[in-house]
Amino acid sequence: MQETDAVINARREMEVCNACRYCEGFCAVFPAVELRREFSAGDLSYLANLCHNCKGCYYACQYAPPHEWGINVPKALAEVRAESYAEYAWPRSLASMFNRNGTVVSLVAALGIALVLILSMLLNSPGNFFGAHGTTPESFYDIIPLWAMQVVGIATFGFSLVALWMGARNFWRDAGPRQRIGPMAVAIALWDVLTLKNLGGGGNGCNDNSEAFSMRRRYLHHAMFYGFLLCFAATTTGFIYHSFLGWPAPYPFISAPVLLGTVGGVLMLIGTVGLFGMKFVDDPMPAVRRLLGGEVALLMMLAMIALTGLILLAVRTTGAMGLAMAVHLGFILAFFLVLPYSKMVHGVYRSAALLRRAVERNMKPLGGE
Amino acid sequence: MPDRTKTYDVLVAGGGNAALCAAITARQAGASVLLVESAPKAFRGGNSRHTRNLRAMHDQPNAVLTDAYKEDEYWDDLLRVTGGNTDEALARMTIRASSGVFGWMRDAGVRFQPSLTGTLNLGRTNAFFLGGGKALVNAYYLTAERLGIEVLYDTEVISMNMEDGAVRSIDITYKGFPETVHARCVVASSGGFQANLEWMREYWGDAVDNFVIRGTPYNRGRVLKNLLDQGVQAIGDPTQCHAVALDARAPKFDGGITTRLDSVPYSVVVNRNGDRFYDEGEDVWPKRYAIWGRLIAQQPGQIAYSICDAKAFPLFMPSVFPAIKADTLEELAIKMKLDPVKIRETIDQFNASVRAGQVFDNLKLDGNATAGLTPNKTNWARSVDKPPFYGYPLRPGITFTYLSVKVNDKAQVLMDNGQPAGNLFASGEIMSGNILGKGYLAGFGMTIGTVFGRIAGQEAARRARN
Repeated sequence: MQETDAVINARREMEVCNACRYCEGFCAVFPAVELRREFSAGDLSYLANLCHNCKGCYYACQYAPPHEWGINVPKALAEVRAESYAEYAWPRSLASMFNRNGTVVSLVAALGIALVLILSMLLNSPGNFFGAHGTTPESFYDIIPLWAMQVVGIATFGFSLVALWMGARNFWRDAGPRQRIGPMAVAIALWDVLTLKNLGGGGNGCNDNSEAFSMRRRYLHHAMFYGFLLCFAATTTGFIYHSFLGWPAPYPFISAPVLLGTVGGVLMLIGTVGLFGMKFVDDPMPAVRRLLGGEVALLMMLAMIALTGLILLAVRTTGAMGLAMAVHLGFILAFFLVLPYSKMVHGVYRSAALLRRAVERNMKPLGGE
Repeated sequence: MPDRTKTYDVLVAGGGNAALCAAITARQAGASVLLVESAPKAFRGGNSRHTRNLRAMHDQPNAVLTDAYKEDEYWDDLLRVTGGNTDEALARMTIRASSGVFGWMRDAGVRFQPSLTGTLNLGRTNAFFLGGGKALVNAYYLTAERLGIEVLYDTEVISMNMEDGAVRSIDITYKGFPETVHARCVVASSGGFQANLEWMREYWGDAVDNFVIRGTPYNRGRVLKNLLDQGVQAIGDPTQCHAVALDARAPKFDGGITTRLDSVPYSVVVNRNGDRFYDEGEDVWPKRYAIWGRLIAQQPGQIAYSICDAKAFPLFMPSVFPAIKADTLEELAIKMKLDPVKIRETIDQFNASVRAGQVFDNLKLDGNATAGLTPNKTNWARSVDKPPFYGYPLRPGITFTYLSVKVNDKAQVLMDNGQPAGNLFASGEIMSGNILGKGYLAGFGMTIGTVFGRIAGQEAARRARN
């Protein structure tokens, strides 16, 4: 990490936290602070990505604004976190994608849809594109050939996975652990990721817009996250059905891919729309306003993927199938392209930070009262 | 906006833990309640917003406390710190009641930190609030709001107008405008007067200009003085206050916990003339931190300097301010505006007097002492010789004052003639001098506030509703 204003301010705030320690029961950040007397830029990047932004510490802080020290940890760490995304981006030349990220994500979405729509309309006769294909096997591939979907999908998603991996490696080296990663640490980190334990203010939930605790944000994120995983499982099952079992799509409603996709899509919609709605009611004080664009754009993209997927299911036997599929795949193409340059990276860095925290879990706090 | 036409069942003066416990308890008993807090909303909660835990008796481990802490041990601890300057009946009643507050606190929204996490070496005796005292205060205000308690911020009680031993009306300033309100019963929970520097000056002279007030600037003792002026019986030494050693760079008010400094036992402490003045290693720090405020207050300019070397630096928790650091003692002395020759002389003399020989152990009295110095350092004495050297300037930090109104076991305020006032109760710091006449036990202020707040709320509601 570079030494920036955000890093300098986060260091100042962490030094206050380390002399106070009242918030140590809230989440993983404060016990990690207590292991340190000095905070390198890499340490601060680690702490920033460990923060789940539940805001419990902001409302509990005796030094929060208007106190003259103006301690606002969720905000300070969000600033550093945002800078860390650009810092670790791979290839380095694409770091600027994180500036005005909302615009970037929206533009890529628009271009993705336009590209898939134009190509599929150019390469299909209008009769085929707008024709009703019923439930004949391989009807989807009459519009866009399977090989094209697979080549583009594997190429874009594959590149994104490589970019995410390289980013994670950059993060890990910048804030590297002092000990070896054991299986227990991996298990603990995985549990923390899957349960979002740290989005819970010690089990009480987040402070979204007041001192009152609420589990809303955690449950909405769960809906979105597990919905996303179910959709991913649906795609994978479909791939296995087709490639290994020789059962071509479309599948009946009562089939593993469609059921997984439907439940997943509905959960994703609930999660993304819910989280989007919360942006309107959340307290703006502990948030960073200029990061809102990228967050909202990603939520909307995920919501549109889910929504267009469900629409495709609804209209797949009609003449609207071609259009619905092109739009759905356009969103997915955009998602694959923008994945390593969107807020999606938070999942990677936060998981890595949780792993690092699990690795150092047995270290003793420095000092003590 | 206060309702001038209404007679509230209970008016609570103050907005910290004791006030909130009284207000919520009174409301739960069916009373209409008006709570008057002098601070604006952002700084509500008095000194409670800087607290962290509550000392509670318990016979067996529970979710928030380890092991056991029984009545007699608790009482012995209190007796030791107060040197007998307490009221055994009230104290034992408070101690016993402390074991039964958790259910009520939880129901009122207070959350606790699990007992076996973090840096809590008080996990046996003290229950820690999740997020600290401000989180507790927040929870109580949410509950107060939910129950329909009227809360006025930026509103100060100017006078409780007493006639024949009862409060007839209450003069307040609401956001700066004078108003008069009426209540059948009144609970005074508005703290001590440590933030009233003019009052403090009466006892301490201009030394107060060098005092740091650790907590809220809103504890000006207005209600306390008003009541004492109207024939309420006083208890507690008006000249005394709880004073600890703080980093001298602390803000004048509201610096809270982060400005305290635990370096003394592992350091050499000198005054501004470069002379040592007290045994830094007399006892473990939790048992000595509270005398160092007074010790520093008695030094010229009310300032002292803690000096240690690289060996000692990692042994204590950091203060919020970075240590002053230098490669030589002379350079450190100059950075702290001390006489380098004198500091070198004091440290050399100290180093030459160290009679180590025991294994250094910062967790217990290790017996490593100096010989032939006045005063000697009796534990953890080691040569200060490994650069870099670190220094901190220290000032007295005032936590609270001892002067209080006298109360009985029903939290009723007693008049000079020994009779209880008809409708006036007190809880928290404003009456803590009844039980804690001297010294301090960590978390005991919150215990007194919670126990007496609930008694005061209960009694006030009962009287008002009869």
